Amino acid sequence: MSDLDTTAAEIHAQFADRLDGLTEDDVRERLDTLVNEYRVPLDEARRSVRSTYLDEAGMDRDELGGGGDNETMLVGDVDEDEQWIDVRVTVADLWEPRSDSISQVGLVGDESGTIKFVAFTTSELPELEEDKSYALSNVVTDEYQGNYSIKLNRTTGITELDEEIEVGDDSTTVEGALVDIQSGSGLIKRCPEEDCTRVLQNGRCSEHGEGEGEFDLRIKGVLDDGDEVHELIFDREATEALTGIGIEQAKEMAMDALDTTVVADEMREKVLGTYYRVTGPTLGRYVLANETEELTGAVDAEPTLIRARSL
Amino acid sequence: MSAEIPSREVARRAFAAEFNDASYTFRESDDERAPIYLLLPTGERANRVFVVGTLTEKENIGEESEYWRGRVVDPTGTFFAYAGQYQPEAAATLREIEPPAYVAIVGKPRTYEPEDGDGVLVSIQPESVSVVDASTRDRWVVETAERTLDRIEAFDPETNEYAAMAEERYDLPAETYRDTVVAALESLEEGDAEPEPEIEA
Repeated sequence: MSDLDTTAAEIHAQFADRLDGLTEDDVRERLDTLVNEYRVPLDEARRSVRSTYLDEAGMDRDELGGGGDNETMLVGDVDEDEQWIDVRVTVADLWEPRSDSISQVGLVGDESGTIKFVAFTTSELPELEEDKSYALSNVVTDEYQGNYSIKLNRTTGITELDEEIEVGDDSTTVEGALVDIQSGSGLIKRCPEEDCTRVLQNGRCSEHGEGEGEFDLRIKGVLDDGDEVHELIFDREATEALTGIGIEQAKEMAMDALDTTVVADEMREKVLGTYYRVTGPTLGRYVLANETEELTGAVDAEPTLIRARSL
Repeated sequence: MSAEIPSREVARRAFAAEFNDASYTFRESDDERAPIYLLLPTGERANRVFVVGTLTEKENIGEESEYWRGRVVDPTGTFFAYAGQYQPEAAATLREIEPPAYVAIVGKPRTYEPEDGDGVLVSIQPESVSVVDASTRDRWVVETAERTLDRIEAFDPETNEYAAMAEERYDLPAETYRDTVVAALESLEEGDAEPEPEIEA
């Protein structure tokens, strides 16, 4: 089959039970017109034809699914937005959903590591349980600032597996001096829109515009060992553990000073120049600080002295 | 991920003895915003440094506006740090700290050639100054020793362009800094030892 034939078959499979009388030939003809007559690239033609049928069937793109013959992927290989894929994963972590529209959010993983997943209330899916393994079919990949996640939707198939999918350790450990706490750290406000956790800049969300915002704590830091730099993200819990400043105290500090930047200033004063060992998964160019240990106490200079003398 | 965001410059570790021996600065492109590097005699470029030492003195040498100079001592010599109105946080910290105190400084190397002087003065323009403890200072000495030894080992003008540059610009064999490293490490060991009983003459 040509690429065009394969695409026609895929699209036909997606709509066959929703559009009476739709044949593969109809689909192929539409694709053919776009691709061979109007010189539209096949990807774009696929999109366009799908949209047409979505309209005809009165469906949302979410309901579409991938036609049931998606690629089964390792979560570590996800590197494209809006792909329909199947995964075989273990639920590694469940987080508190930040909004009522989200029924579940957390991390699922396989041998290649972990990836964030989101399930929406409107999809009415059965709940996933922590540490159990599932085959998830028809999930959609999503990208935000270079970080990938998967979204479950109402066409997602959830099958609990008898075998246990092992979650690979994609966490990394880095050591060095904390040399910078970057802007956007300290007491921040996040967009309160559903399924949006963007940090507000001057009271504005880049997606949803002006908003009240919800307070949160975060540190974007830089660990440097004189040879390499690592960018770190400390979430609310990790920020409190690192600095001893909790969200309530941070709010009070900001209120007293009529300025939220005093929080980051105070944090800088406490932690800059100190050596840490940080362990956590990598998300894009960041290491997410799950465990942080201050390197303190006596240092053994003897091995270095032996090295220097033998040079 | 993105070619538009230049990667952050590593903060190099060098003892004061080596840092103050450096004098040659250069850019790697003609772009006026290109970073300026200080060439370390052990053959590495430094656009940022991280130093930990004892702040022994500070002085406001500014005339119209505040301009703080701090002397920060490591086992091999003294770093000079200058912070004014364009480094408000570092200047504020220097204003508040009472010497002597252990401080950690992240900053940019700067050079200055006085008209009547003989030679180039090297200093640090701090991005941040913070108070740290003695164990952080000791850890920095060992780490700086390791990084300096790394550079001495990699000093091959045939294969290392910064080693070649150092050989051309400086008359300072990299091996001399091995002795600096040994002296710095030995100073830590002395610090750990029980104090010798004082003997009256």
